[in-house]
Parts: sequence; C-alpha cells; structure tokens
Amino acid sequence: MLKIRNLDAGYGKLRVLKNISLHVDAGEIVTMIGANGAGKTTLLSTIIGLVHPSTGSIEFMNRDCAPLASRHIIAAGCVLVPEGRQVFAPMSVEENLILGGYVLQKKEGKAAVYRELKHQYDLFPVLRERRNQLAGTLSGGEQQMLAMGRALMSRPRLVMMDEPSTGLAPLVVRDIFKVIVRLREEGNTVLLVEQNAKAALSIADRGYVLETGRIIVQGPADDLLANQDVQRAYLGREKIE
Amino acid sequence: MTPELFFQYLFAGITYGIMYAIVAIGFNIIYNTTGIINFAQGEFVMLGGMISISLLQFMPLPLAVVCAVIITMLVGALIEMIFIRWLDNPSVLRLIIITIGLSILMREVALHIWDESIRSLPYFYGNEITTIGIGPVRISPQVLWVIGVCGVVVIGLSLFFKITPLGREMRACSANRTAAILCGINTRNMVTFSFMLSAGIGALAGCVMSPITYTQYDSGTALAIKGFTVAILGGLGNSMGAVAAGLLLGILEAYSVAVVPLAFQDAISIAILLIILFVRPHGLFGSSEAARLTEF
Repeated sequence: MLKIRNLDAGYGKLRVLKNISLHVDAGEIVTMIGANGAGKTTLLSTIIGLVHPSTGSIEFMNRDCAPLASRHIIAAGCVLVPEGRQVFAPMSVEENLILGGYVLQKKEGKAAVYRELKHQYDLFPVLRERRNQLAGTLSGGEQQMLAMGRALMSRPRLVMMDEPSTGLAPLVVRDIFKVIVRLREEGNTVLLVEQNAKAALSIADRGYVLETGRIIVQGPADDLLANQDVQRAYLGREKIE
Repeated sequence: MTPELFFQYLFAGITYGIMYAIVAIGFNIIYNTTGIINFAQGEFVMLGGMISISLLQFMPLPLAVVCAVIITMLVGALIEMIFIRWLDNPSVLRLIIITIGLSILMREVALHIWDESIRSLPYFYGNEITTIGIGPVRISPQVLWVIGVCGVVVIGLSLFFKITPLGREMRACSANRTAAILCGINTRNMVTFSFMLSAGIGALAGCVMSPITYTQYDSGTALAIKGFTVAILGGLGNSMGAVAAGLLLGILEAYSVAVVPLAFQDAISIAILLIILFVRPHGLFGSSEAARLTEF
C-alpha cells in the first residue's frame, strides 16, 4: 500500500531523514519507534506532503505521491493524525468531525459525511456526548479521540498516527490503543509512530526502529520485542547476566 | 453642553465609529486566515468608493454599488494571487511589507485614474440637507444607511462563518492551519477568499460612507489607521470587539471636539493606538493568551 524507497528529506540544508526505505501492506499495523529527534514526525510529514523529499520515492496505492500537495495525498486515502492532536480548538466537536470529512464530501456528497459522522460517534461514544462542546475544552484523551475521529472521517485507506499516547494517562492510552486494534479489525491499515515502544510493539504486526534519521532495525513486532538492543534502548529493560 | 448637542455628537460619533468598525472587520478577516495585517485594507475602501462613483455615469446607483463591490473583490483576489499566493512559507513581516507596498501601489494607480479631485456618491436617499428627526437630534438618512449596512455585514458575516461550509473551512484555517491542510482543505484558496471577502466589505463600506466622508485617491490611508486602531482595540480577529471598539473610538473622537480643536481628532486615535499597544496589546476584548500566540 505504502512503499518508500531511499528517502532523504529535511528542512533547508538540514538532512533529517537519511536513506529511509519501508513499506506498509494493507491490513497491517506497522509501528515506527525511536527517541526524540530521530525523525519520526519528519517522516510522517514527508509522506503526507508537508515536507518535500530531496531524493527517493514515496509510492501510495501504486502512485508516486512525492511531488503531490497534501490535499491530493489525503484525497487518495492517506491521512495523518498529527502530534499534539491539533484539533480546531474554537470549534465544536461536530464541526471538527465534519471538517475531517471535507475530502469525503467532495467525493461523495453531504449524505456520506453524515453517515460517516454516525459511524465515528459509534466508534467514539464520548464524542457523541460532547458533540456541541468546543474542542479546546475537551480533556487530552478526548482530544486525541477527536483527532483520530476527524482523520477517519475521510474514510482513509491508511491512517498514520504521530504519538497518540503523548501526555495521556496510562488508562487512556490503553483505550486509544484498543481503538487502533479495532481499526485493523475493521480493515484499516495503520502506521503508528510512537515513543511508547512497548505498547506500540505489543499491538503491531511489524516494526521499524528509527535512530538519528536512519532505520537501524526492522522486523516482526515480536522479534523486536525480544531483540536485546531494542530492549535496552527503548523498552527500559537491561538484562544483567 | 446642551442635551441636543450631546446627542448630536453622539450620533456623529456612532456614524464614524461604525465606519471604522467595518474597516476593522476587513482587517480581522484577513488576519484570521493569514495572521497578517493587510495594510492595503483602506485602499479597498477607497477603490469601492471611486469605482462606484465612476460607474454611476453608466448605471443607476444600486447597480453601481453592487458592481463596485464585485470589481473590488476581483481586485482583491487578483492581488492575492499575484503577490501572495505563490510565496512558499513567507514570514509574517515579509507579508506585511508586501501589503504596505500594495497600498502605495494602489494609491498611485488611483491617482492616475481618478486624479486628485475629491469626489463623492450622491446621498442614497434625499440630499445633503435632508434630515430625519430622532427625538431632539436631527440626522442625515445616510447615517441610517451606514448603520444598516454595518448591521447587515456583521450579521451576514457571522452567519456565513457559522453556517456555510466555506465559512467553516475558513474558520478552520484560522484556528489551526496545519490541521486544515491535514483535512485536505486547500488553505491557499481560503486566503484568496479572505482577501476577496475583506475587499468586498471594504468596498461596500467605501460606497455607503462616500456621501458623508467623500472619496479621494488617498482617503484610504487615514481610514486604515483608524481601522487598525479599532481592530487592535477590539482585539485582533474579534469582529464583535471591532464594532464595540469602533463605537468607542468614534464617540471619543466626536466628543473630543468639545474639548480640543478639531485638528486634534486624528491625533487622538493615534494616541489611543499607541496607548493600547503599550498597555494592552491584546485589545480590550481579546485574550492575552491569543495575543501571545500570534507571530509578532
């Protein structure tokens, strides 16, 4: 579904991503773990077209999307739930969701948006309760759900999530991860970027480890969980033998 | 001061205050979608007045006003597309300097087209000496036009932003630009729309106020300063705040005539602008949090 080959990208002269290659297949949860500043957010921004790659190719649904503007990539079915939620704070929950359906409305009209809205309310009942509340007044967890619901409103093929667990209580994080698993059950594909490596690897099918702009380890999630280097660096477990 | 005079000043103040408010609303629309102050806003007002005056030779007044508004909107869109749209991540300062340049450019073009003479539209109803009595006060019917048009603009705008999809998308763009892009919204189009909208509102204001204030190629500058003062005073981006601040400034100016010579009127609004920038840069009705988040 998503294929990235030898990707280099950065800001101005600063090269953040170096020779990145990865792929995401339909129906998978793939996770990208790495420390602060490893380039995880830059990678997602590059895929969604906010940052333009200097070399390399990004193929989504067999279509080269490196030169496309964000809105065309999103219309093709690739969405990003950004870091720090980025909800439209002064607007109501329902307005946020309807804006998420902007692409869907262009393709299939208003009725489709309202059908999808119902679907999101079923997936996130708390959003239905708070539909008329301003998004900025929601709790962190609720805002994360709203950001996810908003992205899902466009009925995407691939959902990319940038650190959905940041700043949330452990119980809330569990809820969020449950939703991600449920998304896969419903046939979605997820690219999950996380610092919370243990939680991310426990639900993912495959994983990549990003360090200072390069992918250093990749493989099935279980293998990564068992990998000693990964354990030492990201899972906070040091075995003394 | 006699009661009659008191109310007469009050109405004069309200009239001018509302005109300032409409200019300030134009500032706010562009500020909300781009985060910049469009210093060419006053020139849109001047253009609206001038174009309608020229068109009046060929068509009846209402049609001339409508056409002037539409033409100014097109000018606004064109300016945005030529000078701003293609810039890749421009800094706020650069954009502001571009708008200052644009205001000079538009003024010079207007000077070549309409020369230096002072013109005005005829009164929409009656003439210079027609008055309507409200209690002890006698006001020109044009004052009611100004107030009415402002009311329609404010209500129309808030409905537009609340109800229509386009309005919602523009608000989204102003609330969080990145998130708007991530929803698939073409934010550049939103900026073009905001220039069109504020050019149209400016032009409409220019038409209704022309019989009272007259129109000259450089009449936009003074209005822009007043409008800017009002926009800051009311809290940038806050249209209701702009109306309240506009009335406040207009009334202050009107009563100032009783205390200081007429020539000091402009000095008063500039003094208010300076004081507000020093003491409460987020305006009377704006939140300090929002002001801190802005880019300058």
